[in-house]
Amino acid sequence: MSILRQTANLKWVGIVAVFALALVLPAIASDPATTNIAVFTMMYIGLATAWNIMGGYTGYISLGHAAFFGFGAYALALMLGHLHIAGGYTVFLFVPIAGVATAVLAVGIGWFALRTRAATFVIVTIAFMFMLQLLAENLVGLTGGGGGMSFPVPPWRGGSFNPPYYYAMLTLAAFALGISWWIRRSKFGLGLLAIRDDEDKALAVGVPTRTFKLTAFVVSATLVGMIGAVYGYYVTYIYPQFVVDPLIGISMVLMVFLGGLGTLSGPVLGALILEPAQLSLAYNFGASRLYLVLYAAVFLLVILLLPRGIVPSVTDLLVRWRSRTGPTAPAPAKALNS
Amino acid sequence: MSLLRIDNLSKRFGGVVAVDECSITVEAGSIMGLIGPNGSGKTTVFNMVTGFIPSDKGTVSFKSKSIDRLGPDRIYELGIGRTFQLARIFPRLTALENMLVPVRRKGLRALFSRADWSNERARAMEMLEFLDIAHVANKLGGTLSYGQRKLLELGAVLMAEPELVLLDEPAGGVNPALLEKIGEHIRRLNERGITFLVVEHNMSWVMNLCTEVVVLHRGRAIASGKPDAVRQEPAVLDAYLGA
Repeated sequence: MSILRQTANLKWVGIVAVFALALVLPAIASDPATTNIAVFTMMYIGLATAWNIMGGYTGYISLGHAAFFGFGAYALALMLGHLHIAGGYTVFLFVPIAGVATAVLAVGIGWFALRTRAATFVIVTIAFMFMLQLLAENLVGLTGGGGGMSFPVPPWRGGSFNPPYYYAMLTLAAFALGISWWIRRSKFGLGLLAIRDDEDKALAVGVPTRTFKLTAFVVSATLVGMIGAVYGYYVTYIYPQFVVDPLIGISMVLMVFLGGLGTLSGPVLGALILEPAQLSLAYNFGASRLYLVLYAAVFLLVILLLPRGIVPSVTDLLVRWRSRTGPTAPAPAKALNS
Repeated sequence: MSLLRIDNLSKRFGGVVAVDECSITVEAGSIMGLIGPNGSGKTTVFNMVTGFIPSDKGTVSFKSKSIDRLGPDRIYELGIGRTFQLARIFPRLTALENMLVPVRRKGLRALFSRADWSNERARAMEMLEFLDIAHVANKLGGTLSYGQRKLLELGAVLMAEPELVLLDEPAGGVNPALLEKIGEHIRRLNERGITFLVVEHNMSWVMNLCTEVVVLHRGRAIASGKPDAVRQEPAVLDAYLGA
């Protein structure tokens, strides 16, 4: 069996083991503090992976994805309120509908925002996020304004409170990863990577760049909206500054940059490193927001030492090491798919 | 039969007239050279034909159908490929992936299926072998030499089997040995039925390669015909020598 084949098999064994561990985690570490960290870590794995579909694959850096996160939460709260749905597992069935509502919003925002590029796009996405935050603040009759909105009270108590949310977040994170993997290996994904490298050149070789970018934007926003909806139900009470929070948007971006922009496993790794660290700081230092200092420090370190993120940098090192030690070094292209 | 027809095409950039009622006809199966001094409007003509910039006036038709209002991706889909003055490839994709980006696929299912279908991959490898760069198939585009990038760009454009290829200065920054190779590839591809419109400054190379030449000066086509005849035209000598 070749080394490449062995590596591929090992990779699959690793993936299955990690997924199995994720499935049984609430059973082996059942205290609420741990499962709470697990819920948020899973949430950020999903968010970072979803953001990466747009930001990583096309190179269009959106700092306004918190708008979709908050919109998903509000969409679910409004739906549940109007339909008088009681708390419980039924609520999760409405999450995809919140996703569809977010998709409709994303088509509108993307239609305008994607007429710009580079720094202008970044600013436009931030502007849309604050517009949405202001709308949520001012449409008092619909959203409750600054007073916020409540979700139906969940029926779970004590140690059984976190697991349903954990599994909902796990499902969405796995779904986001599946979509990201599917896109990365498709002709559509190759078109997105071409846009990232040189958009005009992509256009010149027949990539319908506007359609591709909008599709990636909508897919990414829909996933973020669904995750936001579950988050809203988890915290049970939302208000504009809490769910349309720029820090949520920045966190998912930073996780992707740390793990590796445009890679499949990078966002997962970034979320696994940053979110538990952030929550530990929050638990240990209260509401001091010390984690923001950590974020700033990590961001500086990433920019200075690993500008491409952990996964691409480590992959490069491995490829170079293997090319020195043996003839069966994998091609860089395969390495990038990691 | 004319494959591409440009009629009275004009373009102004502020007060500068870049292209001034330019008319060119490219016959199917030919290798046509588009020459002229710097700033004569050659690349602007390319950009208008391929939909990168809109024209102010005039029409462009391909196989007798107007392509005036179409975007670059639609024009490429119709069968017009182009290269750029400075070789442009996707630096963070491998050479093989660079070849697969332009492959045409119809329908959503085809779009979301694997990017390297075995037959497309085989065709891409065949093209890389034809261009003598198969050995760099798995290397990232950004790590290739300039000459390899030039060949890769040409190969990638050909992956969608265009009927007409617009080459913008294929000899620019290329050493004489590679230049000869590029010329040979163009001739062989032309024998397979691909028509070429070539912008080039290297006169001896373009005169040897092309079956017909059009000379642009201040945005206007001032002469056209067989290379040897065009070379003797007084208007051409005036344009180049400023006499």
